[in-house]
Formats: sequence, C-alpha cells, structure tokens
Amino acid sequence: MSIVEARGLTRRFDLSDPWVVRMLTFRKKRILTAVDDVSFSIEKGTTYALVGESGSGKSTIARMAVGLLAPSAGTITIDGTNLNDPALDPATRTALRRRIQMVFQSPYASLNPRWRVGAILAEPLHAFGLAAGRETARVAELLEQVGLSETDARRFPHEFSGGQRQRISIARALASEPDFIICDEPTSALDVSVQAQVLNLLKRLQRELGLTYLFITHDLAVVATMARRIGVLQHGKLVEEQDTIALFAAPRDPYTKMLLDAAPRLHPASATGR
Amino acid sequence: MSAAPLLEVRNLRVEFPTRRGVLTPVDDVSFTVERGEILGFVGESGAGKSMTGAAIIGLIDPPGRIAGGEVVFDGTVIGKDAAALRGKHIGMVFQDPLTSLNPLKRIGDQLAETIRLHLDVGAAEARKRAARSLEEVGLDPGRLDAYPHEFSGGMRQRVVIALALAAEPELVIADEPTTALDVSIQAQVLGVLKRICAERGASVILVTHDMGVIAETTDRVAVLYAGRLAEIGPTADVISNPRHPYAQGLIASTPTVEDAAQDGELYQIPGSMPRLDAIPPGCAFHPRCAHAMERCRRERPPMLEGRAACWLLAEEGA
Ligand SMILES: Nc1ncnc2c1ncn2[C@@H]1O[C@H](COP(=O)(O)OP(=O)(O)OP(=O)(O)O)[C@@H](O)[C@H]1O
Ligand SMILES: Nc1ncnc2c1ncn2[C@@H]1O[C@H](COP(=O)(O)OP(=O)(O)O)[C@@H](O)[C@H]1O
Ligand code: SF4
Ligand SMILES: [Mg+2]
Ligand SMILES: [Mg+2]
Repeated sequence: MSIVEARGLTRRFDLSDPWVVRMLTFRKKRILTAVDDVSFSIEKGTTYALVGESGSGKSTIARMAVGLLAPSAGTITIDGTNLNDPALDPATRTALRRRIQMVFQSPYASLNPRWRVGAILAEPLHAFGLAAGRETARVAELLEQVGLSETDARRFPHEFSGGQRQRISIARALASEPDFIICDEPTSALDVSVQAQVLNLLKRLQRELGLTYLFITHDLAVVATMARRIGVLQHGKLVEEQDTIALFAAPRDPYTKMLLDAAPRLHPASATGR
Repeated sequence: MSAAPLLEVRNLRVEFPTRRGVLTPVDDVSFTVERGEILGFVGESGAGKSMTGAAIIGLIDPPGRIAGGEVVFDGTVIGKDAAALRGKHIGMVFQDPLTSLNPLKRIGDQLAETIRLHLDVGAAEARKRAARSLEEVGLDPGRLDAYPHEFSGGMRQRVVIALALAAEPELVIADEPTTALDVSIQAQVLGVLKRICAERGASVILVTHDMGVIAETTDRVAVLYAGRLAEIGPTADVISNPRHPYAQGLIASTPTVEDAAQDGELYQIPGSMPRLDAIPPGCAFHPRCAHAMERCRRERPPMLEGRAACWLLAEEGA
C-alpha cells in the first residue's frame, strides 16, 4: 500500500528580469522548470530514494513534499490527502504537517544555536500538543531513541559533533510522531564512519517505528543498501525508476548507467578503473 | 629517471602552540613519493591530511610550525626555501576552484602569467603552452579568452589543475580536488590526474576522505589518524587486506554501489576522531578499537613491517 503519491509534480521558477527592465531591453521571460512532470509512489514502511546530480531538482521535490513550496502543477498526496489543496481545513492541514517531517543536510544550519537541545526537541511537542505534562520524559525518550543520553538535553547544539547534531535533527523529526520523513542528503556533510552510524540509525528507526522515507542523495552508493526503490532525476525529469537491486544490476537509462560507472568502487578491478 | 624517490618525508612533526599547551596535528609522519606515482592520503576529517600536504610545501599558518623531521625533494632537503619550489616544481590544487582563480582575468592570461613566472619563455610561447595545458586537462584550447564564470564547476576545477600543471611541476598536491563536484565530473578530474602521471612521469599526492576515490585513482595509500600514519601500502593490498583496525573500519563502513544486493547494516566504528587537545595516550585509536590490548593504552605502536602502526602486527610476528 502506498502512503505517498506524487503525480505530475512540476515546479517552475521565473528567472526573468523585472517587467520594466524587460520592456526596456526586449529580453524574453526566462522560466526554469526545476521539476518536470515527476510521478512516483512510496510503499508504507519503505525507503524511496531520489538520486541526481547537483541542480537536478531533488531539494525542490523535497520542499514540495513537506509543504514548504507549492507545485506549479501536479499533486503530492499523503494517504490520499493533497497537501497543497487550498480548500483543506486548518485542522486537517496541521494534522498532516505533524505526520511529515524533514531532516536536512546541514545539521548546523537547521538547529537553533541559542536553544538547548531539550527546548529544540520540546518545540514540536508544544506545536502539536503532544506529550502534554510529560515533555521532559518524552525528550529523554527521544534522545535515547537516537543513541544520545538524557543529560544531553541540557547542552547546546555547538557542543556536539556533526554526527551527533544529525542525531538531534532526527530526534526532532521523530518528536511529532510522523509516519513519513524526508531526508535531504542527511549524511553528505559527515565522515564515512559517522555516516554509517547515522544510516544504521535511520534503518533501525524504520524497522521499529514503521517509518516511510523519501531519501534524497547525489550518491548512489549511500542508497544501495537503504532504498527499496530508486528514482533517477536528470534536469528535473525522472529518467528511470526501478527496484534497487534491478537498477544496479541492469540500469535502463544511459544517464543512470553513466552515474553508476562514475561512482567510485572499492574494488575497481571488477569494473573499469585502473 | 633516477631510482631515488621524488619526495621523502621523514618523521615530520607540526606543532601549534596554544594557551592550553602544544597541539600536534602532524606527529612523526614518514613516507615517500616515487616518480610517476599517485600517493593517496585518506582519513576522516581532522586526521591531518591537509596539514601534512601543507607542511610539505611550507604553507603552515603561524603560529604553527614544523617542529621536527625533514622533507627531501629530488635529493635536496627543503626548509625555508620551500616557497621557491611552489608552482615551478610542486603544483597545488585546492578544493574550492574559486579561491585559486582570479574572476576578473581571462583564464588564458592567468595561465600564461603563471608560465612566465616560472619558465623563461616569451609571451607568444607562453600562450602556446597555455593552450596546450588546457588541452591536457580536456578543455577546448579555443576557450583561452573565457573568464572563470563562463565555466561550470568541473571545468573550473580543471582550469585550476591546468594552472597547477602549467609550469610542468614534478609533483602535484591535490587537496580534495573533487569533493565539491558531481560524480561524473569527479571521474573526469581524476582521469586528468592519472593521465599526467602516466604521460609525463609527474607524481601526485591526492588528499581525500573518500576511500572509493583512493581505490580508483591511487597506486599507494597512506591512512592517517589523529595526525599519525596508521597504515601505508599499495592501494589494492591495503583495501583488500587492511592490517590496521582503523583502516579496516574505514573500508568496511564505506558504502559502495557494489553492495546493492545486501540489506545488512553498514559496519560502524564506534566513537569519533579525538580532538587535538585530547589525543589518547599509547595508540591514539585505542578507545575505538575492538582489539585494544593493555599495551595499546600505554605504548604508542611504531610502524611495523613498513605497513601499519599497530601492536597486532607484533603479536602476529611473535
Ligand atoms: N527559489 C528558487 N528560485 C529560482 N531557482 C531555483 C529556486 N530553487 C531552486 N532553483 C533551481 O532549481 C533547480 C533545482 O534545484 P534543487 O535545489 O532542487 O537541486 P538539487 O537537485 O537539490 O541540487 P543539489 O544536489 O545541488 O542540492 C536548480 O537549477 C536551482 O538553481
Ligand atoms: N590553524 C590551525 N590551528 C590549530 N589547529 C589547526 C589549524 N588548522 C587545522 N588544525 C587542526 O589540525 C588537525 C588536522 O587538520 P587537517 O590537516 O585540516 O585535517 P584533514 O585535512 O585531515 O581534515 C585538526 O584537528 C584541525 O582542527
Ligand atoms: S595498536 Fe592496539 S589499539 Fe591500536 S589499532 Fe592496534 S590493536 Fe588497536
Ligand atoms: Mg539539494
Ligand atoms: Mg582537509
């Protein structure tokens, strides 16, 4: 059963000069189609990876999926409800927002440096009226869930390493008890050994809590063992979509083949390398 | 081609005096670079990769200083005169291409200037060589008159490599030259580095945190941890049979496209790289090491069998 459905998702950006300038210079309107008619669906409790190079439209899709950006055309629905439906009543919208959370690439930028970790984690609890009267206990539980300790609630984000900060971002996403988490390059800023810790944590949480992930990355290797299904984006278009094992074994699109060939291997003798 | 290595680094030590004591980001590091080879430096952030590269060419920011050891380039010990080697004999490529290019100057002029600074040639010859160095990195020599902003990130990084190569140095130190680039462009840039070694007999030190890049590009690899050399050896050997537990962990935790069929968890090394003011005694890796013995906590292991600084090798030998 699919929980997330994107249908014909499209987002255009207007890069033109202001109208007055255009009138004076006779320059045409310039429209960039960052996401172009993208459709996919994600099975409940699985990971769907969107892979593509810089500028291919990955983060733009993420922002539409979480409701931060409206599509120019097409829809994205969670359990059949359209996030961007203007007719949605506020209570339903809030309920939907609670169920969708996001983890960003830069754990520095996404955590308020002036707040203690406890306050950062309690904020979504207040916003959604969760764990009323037992916030402290819930914060401790969240920290434990991501492999940190209760006492970390008293510390500030800068007192943590990059990997630990990413654990805090994940704990914050978990606070609202979501079923769908969008991870936009969650480990790109981390060292491999720390990346392995964070990827394993995401997998464990998925098993324990039945979470569904949209996992965004430029690195095919990172999703090789994470994703059930992979969509490959090029210039805003989904050029290929297959189950992970099939995609690695027999990529259909030349662009996917190129991405696979260019990905560094640990044992290049088996491939084309030196 | 002479038999002596192009570069020999012996017991290199870099110190930074601070109010809380002396920090040692590079601690007793020794290695050689042969002519025509690519030596990789790999390790997690803070391992001392960049600092080691910078020390070779005398680019340590004060108050940091080289506190011990020596660097022998082409048979001569380099000291205060390191600056004279930069550009002409040792070229450098850094991660961010924009810091190395002047945005206001045509790239052909930047290349020709570098060439004339280091080689005794006239303007016409310099321009001819500039065109050739663009060709060498796979760029259209017809674009000599373009400005940096007219190129994509990958093309700009290749211009930077062309600039580092322009004076035909014997050694190129490339610090994370592809970290900011997409994989397709990364493959092109690494291809250029391999080609200059093969075609010109130049040597390259490639600094990266990416084991896959090491595997695809280098002949030998040095694994650094907490400013110390953990393991060094032929790349294929080190990757298929790492002897140091840190190297083993680094390799096992690297996800690769070769793993697609597996659904298991990635190997994870517990903990993280120590800060410079809290480097553990004995073997710096011991708090994270599953094999740590009593001795590891007290005595720093020397490089054994010319391969790994780990007491396990002494046990095996005994
Ligand atoms: N607010 C905006 N205004 C104008 N253009 C935008 C805006 N947001 C994104 N774009 C453009 O849309 C395209 C896709 O951007 P997006 O951020 O989705 O890429 P990405 O795949 O996430 O890339 P990266 O891997 O570099 O993060 C790019 O060309 C980008 O410049
Ligand atoms: N100017 C400096 N003063 C003091 N310590 C520094 C300075 N620059 C780097 N370091 C420290 O030296 C160590 C090695 O740094 P670096 O060589 O940049 O590591 P790598 O390139 O392997 O990530 C790190 O712990 C870093 O924090
Ligand atoms: S010396 Fe001891 S602690 Fe260090 S890597 Fe070897 S076994 Fe582990
Ligand atoms: Mg992005
Ligand atoms: Mg570095």
